[in-house]
Amino acid sequence: MAAKAHREGMEVSIAVSHAVQLARAEAIAAYPITPQTHIVEHLSSMVANGDLEAEFVNVESEHSAMSACIGMSAAGARTYTATSSQGLALMNEILFITSAMRFPIVMTVANRALSGPLSIWNDHSDIMAARDIGWIQVFVENGQEAFDHSIMAFKIAEDYRVILPTIVNMDGFILTHVVEALEMLDQKTVDKFLPEYHPRFSLDPKRPVTMGAFAMPELFTECKMAHQVALTDAHGPILEIWKEWGKLTGRRYKPVETYRTEGAKVIIMMMGSLAQVAEVAVDAMRDQGIPVGLVKIRLWRPFPFAELRAALAGAELVVVCDRALSLGGAAGPVLAEVRSAMYPLAAKPHILGYTVGLGGRDVQPEVFEDLVQLAQAEVKQGPSQEFYIYGVRG
Amino acid sequence: MSKAWDQVTWQEIEVGGVLTEPGSARAYNTGDWRSQHPVWTKKRCIKCGICWTVCPESGISEEPDGYFDMNTYCKGCGICARECVTGCISMVPEEE
Repeated sequence: MAAKAHREGMEVSIAVSHAVQLARAEAIAAYPITPQTHIVEHLSSMVANGDLEAEFVNVESEHSAMSACIGMSAAGARTYTATSSQGLALMNEILFITSAMRFPIVMTVANRALSGPLSIWNDHSDIMAARDIGWIQVFVENGQEAFDHSIMAFKIAEDYRVILPTIVNMDGFILTHVVEALEMLDQKTVDKFLPEYHPRFSLDPKRPVTMGAFAMPELFTECKMAHQVALTDAHGPILEIWKEWGKLTGRRYKPVETYRTEGAKVIIMMMGSLAQVAEVAVDAMRDQGIPVGLVKIRLWRPFPFAELRAALAGAELVVVCDRALSLGGAAGPVLAEVRSAMYPLAAKPHILGYTVGLGGRDVQPEVFEDLVQLAQAEVKQGPSQEFYIYGVRG
Repeated sequence: MSKAWDQVTWQEIEVGGVLTEPGSARAYNTGDWRSQHPVWTKKRCIKCGICWTVCPESGISEEPDGYFDMNTYCKGCGICARECVTGCISMVPEEE
């Protein structure tokens, strides 16, 4: 039986800050100026007003923000931060250290384009430049998912079978700055779901440990293997925690979500809020009798290979939409992943990839109808390119 | 870690590479790196301990008789030989 919840209209960034408040974050470090969102602005108000019992550290850069988060997490605090675009890029060096040292820090990334040219708008180039940081990574589609996953992320990150930092990716502006009607949870329900944080190790004079020791060439590979296994093995606990949330709220999440894929010969794929637009397009195409379905990747790391293969079984053509480029490379990051996942299969669909919606370029439902037609024509004549940048003039 | 660190398997590594016991640096002989080592001519040594003071790696120990000698952590940098006031230390290449 789902817990009683009340529905409230609010900006999604504010909803995320309430999720972090409900999760009883104990330590927050953030760079307060652009490219920041309202999330940490509201959290700092909550701390200042005594509505959240936490240490809030304003730092001089995102590099320092993540460094301070590491220190506070090492001291044993439930730690949170948020950033976006250039801020995530500035954090980059520390992101790898956070996951290698297994600090269960939770971070919201408001996905926005990396300059240049200078842009403040939404795409996925920031997180894709930090794809291989060894964190758990989830993409959300709407405000409700952003709220839900912000709470679940703490439980996943801190689970003793996991102990890994976790990123919740949400589209900048398109999600962060819109007002949605959201189902909030009360403190009692969240407290029951997310117990107090007890770190596996912390900086404690009574129980001294060495953190961040160096590894010689003879040990470095073993450390990386341990990290790789920890991340892939997080899959089970993640699903378990999402299931528990489903029982609690009635909102069920899967690593790979499908929409009208029954009997679909053509599958459109993407991550993030664009999926909501694509659903409209799929409905329209289905009305015209075109057997189109939608597959959305929610869990980006660890990548859900088995679920993806199952979701794409029976498809003849897969059209992958990327929101980022791998300039000079074989494919956008999502396309590359999907192609790799499907390559070992004996029977595999045609997989074509289109990069759309770069730097805030609007993507209307008609775009997806266009993409299906373009991809079908390309398959007929033999693909002319490794991947395509959609809608580019000239 | 009771096991030699180049024998440790990935399953044996603690979460985040945390070390729960002290002394991992002591167990690692940095002297393995050196291509040369200091040799003291005791006749000229005045037991002043400048070599011991300037060694950046605690690679020099005082012997019971008050003279100094390198230990297994000496990397062979040669700072002691350069700073020795009586010039009693010479750097000798490691043999195969």
